[in-house]
Amino acid sequence: MDLMEFQAKELFAKHGVKTTLGVVVTTPEEARDAAERIGPCVVKAQVKAGGRGKAGGVKLAKTPEEAFEHAGNILGMEIKGLRVNRVLVTPATPPVEEYYFSFLLDRANRQYLCIASVEGGVEIEEVAKTNPDAVKQIPVDPGTGVDADKARAIVAEAAFPAELADQAVAMVQALWAVFVEEDATLVEVNPLARLEGDVLEALDGKVSLDANAEFRHADHAAFEVTEETDPLEAEAKAKGLNYVKLDGQVGIIGNGAGLVMSTLDVVAYAGERHGGVKPANFLDIGGGANAQVMADGLDVILGDQQVKAVFVNVFGGITSCDEVANGIKGALEILGDQATKPLVVRLDGNNVEKGRAILDELNHPLVTQVDTMDGAADKAAELAGA
Amino acid sequence: MSIYLNKDSKIIVQGMTGGMGSKHTTLMLDAGSNIVGGVNARKAGTSIELGGQDLPVFGSVKEAMTETGADVSVVFVPPAFTKDACLEAIDAGIGLLVVITEGVPVQDTAEVWSYLSGKQTRMIGPNCPGVITPGESLAGITPHTIAGKGPIGLVSKSGTLTYQMMYELKDFGFSTAIGIGGDPIVGTTHIDALEAFEADPDTEAIVMIGEIGGDAEERAAAYIKDHVTKPVVGYVAGFTAPEGKTMGHAGAIVSGSSGTAAAKKEALEAVGVKVGKTPSETADLMRKILGG
Repeated sequence: MDLMEFQAKELFAKHGVKTTLGVVVTTPEEARDAAERIGPCVVKAQVKAGGRGKAGGVKLAKTPEEAFEHAGNILGMEIKGLRVNRVLVTPATPPVEEYYFSFLLDRANRQYLCIASVEGGVEIEEVAKTNPDAVKQIPVDPGTGVDADKARAIVAEAAFPAELADQAVAMVQALWAVFVEEDATLVEVNPLARLEGDVLEALDGKVSLDANAEFRHADHAAFEVTEETDPLEAEAKAKGLNYVKLDGQVGIIGNGAGLVMSTLDVVAYAGERHGGVKPANFLDIGGGANAQVMADGLDVILGDQQVKAVFVNVFGGITSCDEVANGIKGALEILGDQATKPLVVRLDGNNVEKGRAILDELNHPLVTQVDTMDGAADKAAELAGA
Repeated sequence: MSIYLNKDSKIIVQGMTGGMGSKHTTLMLDAGSNIVGGVNARKAGTSIELGGQDLPVFGSVKEAMTETGADVSVVFVPPAFTKDACLEAIDAGIGLLVVITEGVPVQDTAEVWSYLSGKQTRMIGPNCPGVITPGESLAGITPHTIAGKGPIGLVSKSGTLTYQMMYELKDFGFSTAIGIGGDPIVGTTHIDALEAFEADPDTEAIVMIGEIGGDAEERAAAYIKDHVTKPVVGYVAGFTAPEGKTMGHAGAIVSGSSGTAAAKKEALEAVGVKVGKTPSETADLMRKILGG
């Protein structure tokens, strides 16, 4: 789960990273009130996307009236397809220098990586390309982590100014605490700012948390922001389904993320032959596809006004096809008259004969069985394109 | 021959007495696997009947290995306990550790991987279907009925795509098929499997299945260029998947790749790997190579 800046800063503060929390508001009036208390301030869009500044979502306000005006412009704007519903009002503290710092998972080398640069700031990717030596990549062993000695080594390698070294060591240790104690996969500070009076502070923050570790972080649930989510995605999430809404006409249900992704591809190719129809969603029902899961999945997909036909693509590995067929049968019973769109079903694998026989016997007017993935995708695209 | 697993492999199951563990132990026995026992400290000294066999339950991996000569462990314990189960098996010196469990925190896997460094254990997974050498042994959850023995080596991130591809090529069969798992950190990579298949005399050709995200496929392509002489056919799922909203700059800096299916296809084709647009097209490419 990716956090917004103000959420990341809450975690920073919890672990002793020097930062300023500011005030999160949802209306221009509240932004003006906050600015009256804070003084000159920065009004910052809070969305889970980079490039907020370039999109016009970060503005300096010298007066409360300016804060009101900027908040009015920023609230409701879209940044990378995400609507801005809240802004952070935070004291204007112009940096003397800007640095970059992050801890992250290094998938390729199966360890952690610390990336640090004293030539930081918003153009860090540019610096990494034009002057890679200025961006230090320092491996961190997950077995030993970052202690005081390692933190000092990082600060030395990144060549932070000597007068800031002690602050930087404390900052590195505190950010490490955020990374490891919160089960993060990314903790990024950009800019890490040197302020007037040689104070080091995290002016911005990005944190990604590992969803697999939620079982040991009950408090992370509070970071979920649901209002940005598509209503169908919200409904699917409430039903515990792994669903992503896309822009298309063929509803997709499958088992296993890889097979579902592959199904999206096959349907998109088939769609090229049938008026350009596209997959309407990603929905992975996982291993145990009982009637209720299938009904929940169909319910969400049939609630999508764009959907003209549904493709159920299941390879029975752990799941047996008769369970899936019974799931479809049960789902159609549960949905009754609400099921109005054609269903193309392709079953293969474990107990496939039994599964196909159940659907043959059901003989439902909306259900068509096709025995190959390619053939079924073509049929579903044809029905959706008609 | 095969890779990692054969008819002589002696398998124990960590978490054998649980729901998933007992169900899949039975299926592994059906596949011909030589299961010699399970591990559960709280039920040590008891036994459990699965698939018509009376299987002993040991208090630790070390005890199980001493008593049975086991060299493979398959892990079904819940995510919160997976790290400790892995560390125990590594400490006991198990040869092959297959971690089926889904939902393991990635920092736990990172710690296990760090601990494993320099030790003799090969880990596969987590979050994977495991490994099958058809006709000989199954350490995992791949249905053994899909395809039989044959000349193709298969390595895939995804479980169900492994099954789909085995099904597409069941007329040829497989030396060994490995699902390495889709988690950000896994114990055995595409490259490890490619190296093993290249060295395996019974593997004539290799199917490699990837997915969007990360740059494992790009790195595998570089490895193939320099080290693999056997024909390789590739498939990457997710050409039409929506682009993820990446956070920050750190990922882009590290991977040096966009992680898209198109980028992976391009990298593989640049080193002479034929890449199919769909599973069936990929199977046809393999069929041409094997002269079917």
